[in-house]
Parts: sequence; C-alpha cells; structure tokens
Amino acid sequence: MIDAPNVGLLSLFLASILTSNILLANFLGTCSFISISKDFKSSMGLGVAVTLVIGITAAVCWVVLYYIIEPLGIEYLSFIIFIIVIAGVVQMLEMIIDRFSPALYMALGIFLPLITVNCAVLGVILFMQIRKYNFPQAVVFGFGSGAGWWLAIMLLASIRRKLDANNAVPAGLKGTGITLITIGFMAMAFVGFSGMISVQ
Amino acid sequence: MSDTEQRKTPAKVSPAGKVMRDGLWYNNPIFVQVLGICSTLAVTNNLRNTLIMVLGVTFATSMGSMTLSALRELIPRKVRMIVQVLVLSFYVIIIDIVLRAYQPAISKQLGPYVGLIITNCILMGRAEAFAASNPPGLAFLDGLANGLGYGWVLLVIAVIREFLGFGSLFGFKIVGNWFTPWTIMVMAPSAFFLLAIALWIANNYKAKAEAAKKVAPAPQKG
Repeated sequence: MIDAPNVGLLSLFLASILTSNILLANFLGTCSFISISKDFKSSMGLGVAVTLVIGITAAVCWVVLYYIIEPLGIEYLSFIIFIIVIAGVVQMLEMIIDRFSPALYMALGIFLPLITVNCAVLGVILFMQIRKYNFPQAVVFGFGSGAGWWLAIMLLASIRRKLDANNAVPAGLKGTGITLITIGFMAMAFVGFSGMISVQ
Repeated sequence: MSDTEQRKTPAKVSPAGKVMRDGLWYNNPIFVQVLGICSTLAVTNNLRNTLIMVLGVTFATSMGSMTLSALRELIPRKVRMIVQVLVLSFYVIIIDIVLRAYQPAISKQLGPYVGLIITNCILMGRAEAFAASNPPGLAFLDGLANGLGYGWVLLVIAVIREFLGFGSLFGFKIVGNWFTPWTIMVMAPSAFFLLAIALWIANNYKAKAEAAKKVAPAPQKG
C-alpha cells in the first residue's frame, strides 16, 4: 500500500530520541518547553503526558490517514482532520485517566488540554505522513519522539534548578535568555550523536 | 508580563497606532511573550524560506484574527477553542495549497513546517487575547502587527545564519571563496544562541530606556 522507508524499528526509536530529537533538532514544542521547565515536577507530568499523547495520536492518525483520508482523496483537509483527531484523543485520554487513575489525573491536571496546541504532536504526525512510515514505524516514531521530548525537558528542568539559584547571570539575560542559551548547548551536545544513526 | 502593564504609552496615540507599536516593539511576540518560535525557527538557516514562513504566519494571524473577531458574538464560549483552531487551519490550508501550486520546490523544502503554523502559539494567543474582545478592523491590524513584529526578528536571525553559514543571502553568493562557512550556523544550536542574543540586546535596550525615563524629571510641569 505504501512504500515505507527501510529502517529498523530499534534504530528508528533511538534516532527519534537522540539524533533527530523533536525539540533539539526540529524545534517543535519549544513554547511549552520554555515555560514549564521552570518547575521540575510539572516537567515530569508534562513529559509523561506528551509521550502518551504523541504515541497514541500517531497510531490513530496513521489509521485515519491511510483508511479514511487517502481512499476518499481529501488530502487537502488533512490538517483539519489531524487537529480534530488530536483534540479528540486528548479529550478521551483525559476521561479515561480520570476514571481509572484519579491520582495521575490530578498530577497531569492542566497539562492534558494544553497538549492539543503543542506543536510537537502535530509535527510528529506531519513528519510521519511525509516520510511515509508504515504502522509499526509510525507507533515507534511517535513514542520515540515523545520520549525524546520528555528527556529534553527533564534535562533542562534539572539544569534550570541550579541555574536559577545562581546570580552570575547578567540582568538582561535572566529567565528566557539564559534558558535559550542552555537549550543551545544541549542541542550542540545532541548534534554529537548524529554520526551514530540517521533516519532523515 | 509586568513589563507591559508598567510601560506608559503617550496619551495621544490612536488605537490603531498603539496596536501597531505594541506588535512591532513594546509587546513584540518574541521579545516579550516568547511565543511561536517553534514552527519558524527551524527554517531560519535559509532567508528565502524564512521570508515565506513569516509571510504565511502574518497572513494567517491577521486574517484569522479578523475572522474570529467578526464571529466573536456567534461563537459559544464552550467550543471557542476548537472553532479558533478550525478557522486558523482554514487559512493555513490556503497557504499550503498556494505554495504547493506555485512553489512546489519550496513547499517540499519546508515540509511539515507550513502545516505547523496552525499550532503556532501566536495565532491562538492573539485570537484569545485580542480578537475575542475587539472589532474586526482592529483585530486585523493587531494580527498584522504581531506577524510583522515576529517576522523582523526572525529575518534578522535568518540573515545572520545564512550569511555566516553559507556566505550567501537569498541563495546568492556574496563573499568570495576565501570565506570559510561556519557549519554551526547551519545547524540547530545556532538558532537558539542567536535568539538568546537578540533577546539580551532587546532587554538591555529596554532597561536603559526605562532607566532614562526614571532619571529625567517630568518636563512640562509648572
């Protein structure tokens, strides 16, 4: 049905976490990344939520893309359909978590609805469409990208805990400025991985 | 942010003028709100692609704000978010179709980033913060000002990145072969560094302007 690229699942998973990290290499999901990473606990909650949502929506959108959008020939509507699917999945996930694990629901709290407009989710789905992944690859790529985002936000949150207590930062650079520079150094470190595996 | 509340705009400025000044400088989406960098920062190693993305974001923000402002009485509060997203994605789809038809090569290079304009925080931010409570004409101007205010910062970054990374501007080589390109400028980290430096300069400039305002006594009094 589709000519999927010839990459193994494990290397795709590692590549989506390390070499083509959705945040550090593709700049997706930066807005919530910068604002939430102030707080270590919230970063944890948001990381879990993003990983779950990206993994599940990648799977659902793959099915929608190849069993509904392509047969009907309505590719021009795909952005709208993807957005609706993401919003629907987030809403359902919220209800399911609320029903089965109120503790987790309280922990994730406001983060779930925020994810609907997180660019990383739509970004992963669009990459999946452009690179023509098959179903297992789409799911692995989704969870891998989510895990990569989670890893990045945890690293940044830990660095910021030390950084915010430090007064050596110039006044004009405090807050967002120094955070961006930190992200830049993290991105440089992740560029170092790029010789290992490549999927792009 | 507190900056915005504290600043004093001259009393005589018309609402349209104030909206423009806010978007371009005082409340610049990048410097003050740090919004919407996700979808466009990725393409800033190429000036032409950046220009197209910036125009796309400006178009979607201004037209989207205008439409949502015109519809604001009709949209029930409960489904406001989803209506906003749908209206905005309508404009993004137009951009995508136009690009695909007239500039297929660029559309291919930009890949998913055109579609990602939908989730650009500036669009939703302006729709929610301004268009929901202002008339369509003003909302259009606000969208335009924010798009342009966002655009000029990114274009400056793109000029630096393409010049140092490839020795060219808009794809035309402008320095001789003696120039060694800075590979880092082509890669992701440089975008974060340059944005941080831009933010630093803007913050310092603002701090200085504010300090000057405090030192100088109020002139025409008594």
